[in-house]
Amino acid sequence: TVFSGAIFQKIGYILGTFCGVSKLSICNPTLLIYLCCSSLLFPGLIQREGGSMEQEMGELRRYRTQSISRGEFALSDSFYFYRKGLESIVDDQVTQRFSSEELVSWNLLTRTNHNFHYISLRLTVIWGLGVIIRYCVLFPLRITLAIIGISWLVIGTTLVGFLPNRRVKNWLSELVHLMCYRICARGLSATIQYHNKNNKPQKGGICVANHTSPIDIVILANDGCYAMVGQSHSGLMGVIQRSMVRSCPHVWFERSEMRDRHAVTSRLRAHVAAKRNLPILIFPEGTCINNTSVMMFKKGSFEIGGTIYPVAIKYDPRFGDAFWNSAKYNMVSYLLRMMTSWAIVVNVWYLPPMTRQEGEDATKFANRVKSAIAHQGGLLDMAWDGSLKRDKVKEEFKEHQQKMYSSMVVGKKARNSQEPHTESSKS
Amino acid sequence: MGSTNSTLSKIPNVEELMQETGFTPAHIVRLYDRFEALDKEKTGHLRPQDFGAINRLAMNPIGDRIIGAFFSPGQETVDFHSFVRILAHFRPADKKRPKDPSMPEPVNSRTSKLKFAFQLYDQDKDGKISRAELLQVLRSMLEMQVTEEQLESIADRTIQEADLDKDDAISFEEFRKSLEKVNIDHKMSIRFLR
Repeated sequence: TVFSGAIFQKIGYILGTFCGVSKLSICNPTLLIYLCCSSLLFPGLIQREGGSMEQEMGELRRYRTQSISRGEFALSDSFYFYRKGLESIVDDQVTQRFSSEELVSWNLLTRTNHNFHYISLRLTVIWGLGVIIRYCVLFPLRITLAIIGISWLVIGTTLVGFLPNRRVKNWLSELVHLMCYRICARGLSATIQYHNKNNKPQKGGICVANHTSPIDIVILANDGCYAMVGQSHSGLMGVIQRSMVRSCPHVWFERSEMRDRHAVTSRLRAHVAAKRNLPILIFPEGTCINNTSVMMFKKGSFEIGGTIYPVAIKYDPRFGDAFWNSAKYNMVSYLLRMMTSWAIVVNVWYLPPMTRQEGEDATKFANRVKSAIAHQGGLLDMAWDGSLKRDKVKEEFKEHQQKMYSSMVVGKKARNSQEPHTESSKS
Repeated sequence: MGSTNSTLSKIPNVEELMQETGFTPAHIVRLYDRFEALDKEKTGHLRPQDFGAINRLAMNPIGDRIIGAFFSPGQETVDFHSFVRILAHFRPADKKRPKDPSMPEPVNSRTSKLKFAFQLYDQDKDGKISRAELLQVLRSMLEMQVTEEQLESIADRTIQEADLDKDDAISFEEFRKSLEKVNIDHKMSIRFLR
């Protein structure tokens, strides 16, 4: 089954490339890559002025005879805000990140009638064939593999857990884990390419990666053993978690413990300090992003100390959309979608280890690591917080805009010249 | 493209809409996709909350006013046609338009854009920006950064400058006159990349 899975993977690769390119009727794969890249470099529908608020306001006020340094309000000032507001209605950078990446060209992966565009009979027939192959041939094979993989994980780790001896136990547990994850990866038809294996995370370190889906764990664990960090679940996940812990130490938190940041940090610190423990795997974004950008890293993971091993993960969207939109799909339907894609093609880059420098605080360090990952993976480095997917934007952002604008209208010494009001007059 | 046609057929009266607003079919499709993306509950209409979910808009000091511009008085929802009509104000002006006095003013001409901007100030639609209305806009843009006295003096100065007939309010003509040197087409247009 493993061998035939690989064959189907190759067929899927060829078919996908053929039909993806033929839609553009250009048989030049570099052009296709260029188009995909350009949708990364110029993300968005509309032309945006790159200037700052000051520059734009200055241009708007150019007609006025008074100098801009004296401040003053101009009726045209609001045009800047109108335009920015309307631009964001037409297209905005953040909401874009929480839905799947839109490919420039239609390809054989489209699933529903909504995305399906009728182009020609021949292409429709090929697409139909593709659906049949994916759902009726590849899917049952993959499910079998996945079941085998997970049951072996549970059984194997439990068996290893009975062994008392340290060295043999660790070696066996690594073997079991690797085997299971490799079976699971085959169950997803994952083609993984690892780059810079010399930078692989060492024991006692912390591995940090960008997060796109729960599959990231399988992808990374195919090449090395990590100690997982996460919430303890009940049900099937709970069974898996408990058996994994038997063979080597992972860090599972109860829901109540998660809220106490201090407790979490000290437990992780203890794990890292025991130099013989496996490297911890953490996803600092905190949520799944759609793999076109890297969002703000939460600084908690960077306060633990120890060496950070950054890893960049980039999925190829032409063969399978790996992003888990947790608002749209639950875990089961997500896994079903994964197993009925052509393949999951992934590039994993191991980046050189980083440590916190003297005088650098956790946030700056987190940003430094984030830029390195974004740069390597060809993803956009965004300053937005991933939790914006669920929360509304904070009032601080609005106040920041107001502050910037007020310095243009009344000058920098705005409030100091008057009696400070303790209660602001809200309109 | 096949995709354009299939989406266009989903929109009722799309020919009329294109005629009225001057958007190309490709732009209409883009706006339709955006409309559907904002309409999370798939009701076919947008409500103020759907606009509020856009983060960049929520942090815009006059975000609420911009949202308000989409909803006619008394209406709580906006359909795709109205959505496009409002956005049409921000289409770049057509350079080669013949000046035909018998045709109605296109929605993205300089005058129409100015009128749209005027309406954002003039919330009660009486044709004049009163001192109180100006103060409201100033308050949204500056909120807690300046004192009430400073706001009032700014409002007074602005009205003094623009108000030519000394009625303590800014009419549309006075508004237009005070902004005659501003490159409205450049500053109040959104250009589509594709």
